[in-house]
Amino acid sequence: MSQPLNAAEVLGREFLEIRAKILEIAAAFDRLERSEGNVSDDPRVARLHEALKVLSEPKTDRAEQVQLVFSRPYDETWQRVMKVLPR
Amino acid sequence: MDYFDPHIHMVSRITDDYETLAKMGCVGVSEPAFWAGFDRGTVDGFRDYFRQLTEVEPKRAAQYGIQHYCWLCINAKEAENVSLSREVIAMIPEFLDKPNVLGIGEIGLNKNTRNESIIFLEHLDLAAKYDQQILIHTPHLEDKYQGTRMILDMLTGDSRLDRSRVLVDHVEEHTVRHVLEEGFWAGMTLYPVTKCTPQRACDIIEMYGPERLMVNSAGDWGPSKPTAVPDFILEMRRRRHPESVIRRIVYENPLTFFRQSQSFRFKAREAEEAVRVVQ
Repeated sequence: MSQPLNAAEVLGREFLEIRAKILEIAAAFDRLERSEGNVSDDPRVARLHEALKVLSEPKTDRAEQVQLVFSRPYDETWQRVMKVLPR
Repeated sequence: MDYFDPHIHMVSRITDDYETLAKMGCVGVSEPAFWAGFDRGTVDGFRDYFRQLTEVEPKRAAQYGIQHYCWLCINAKEAENVSLSREVIAMIPEFLDKPNVLGIGEIGLNKNTRNESIIFLEHLDLAAKYDQQILIHTPHLEDKYQGTRMILDMLTGDSRLDRSRVLVDHVEEHTVRHVLEEGFWAGMTLYPVTKCTPQRACDIIEMYGPERLMVNSAGDWGPSKPTAVPDFILEMRRRRHPESVIRRIVYENPLTFFRQSQSFRFKAREAEEAVRVVQ
């Protein structure tokens, strides 16, 4: 399906919102750094950094790729492993 | 614009919400059975819940001109109690002839366990036996991708099912393609933090088109917004999408899907008006 707004219109409409969301992310990472203690070994932090990398890649499916970063893997043999018989 | 919210838990909402929904253009809702926020202990607890869904809510909705439909099941969170789940599944046929019951739902997975899968399959048996439509809950957050793929494996492995009569709900960017490619209907839930925003739902429509896609609020007792569908309508308009496309997603698609259920006797506002004029 076509997208009625062109790129310039999307940017004009969303620039301030995108800017605000990036600032929120930056501030949240700063907050983590300033806080007492160290969570650098927490796997969730690694996933956050991995997701940030996805954002900087020139693709059109960043949202899907970020979702997959935060997803448990799918094993197509699960029915055999769990002994669940299909109908 | 008239719209139909295909997934909302009105038992958890106050009557004022019905009034607000009506003012926003909502003409019909479908309410799947779900988790009450605590695990119920007996089959009679579910029997009472199903009476609420089939007797109380339709009356409450009708006061505001909203037509109320529902779906019955024991949800995935309570499926770890396999013996209770089987008791509930055995009791559900008592309610399948009620005039507002559309089918079996929202069945699905929560933590993607063996017990959840077994009870999911037993719900499919029930739906097949009584020729019922199916509404499916897909898991939250990190469990969604894995759980959705598992659900699709179970559905596509079942030759008894008509895929056009199955709605897989709560799809997001990483699951919507899998659901649509297998020929099922897909629902996008507009939740503030944990699911789709209206903006991302519009993006998905722009990427996949309006075919077999719906949006819903899934308003319940948790953080949720029962008027999320009008938010989606507004975002689509702000992006200059035609009214015909918006109407298809929020009104015609739900009606097309639900009309496959024998119990769905929805009357459009225009049709009711025409009847009054003739009389």
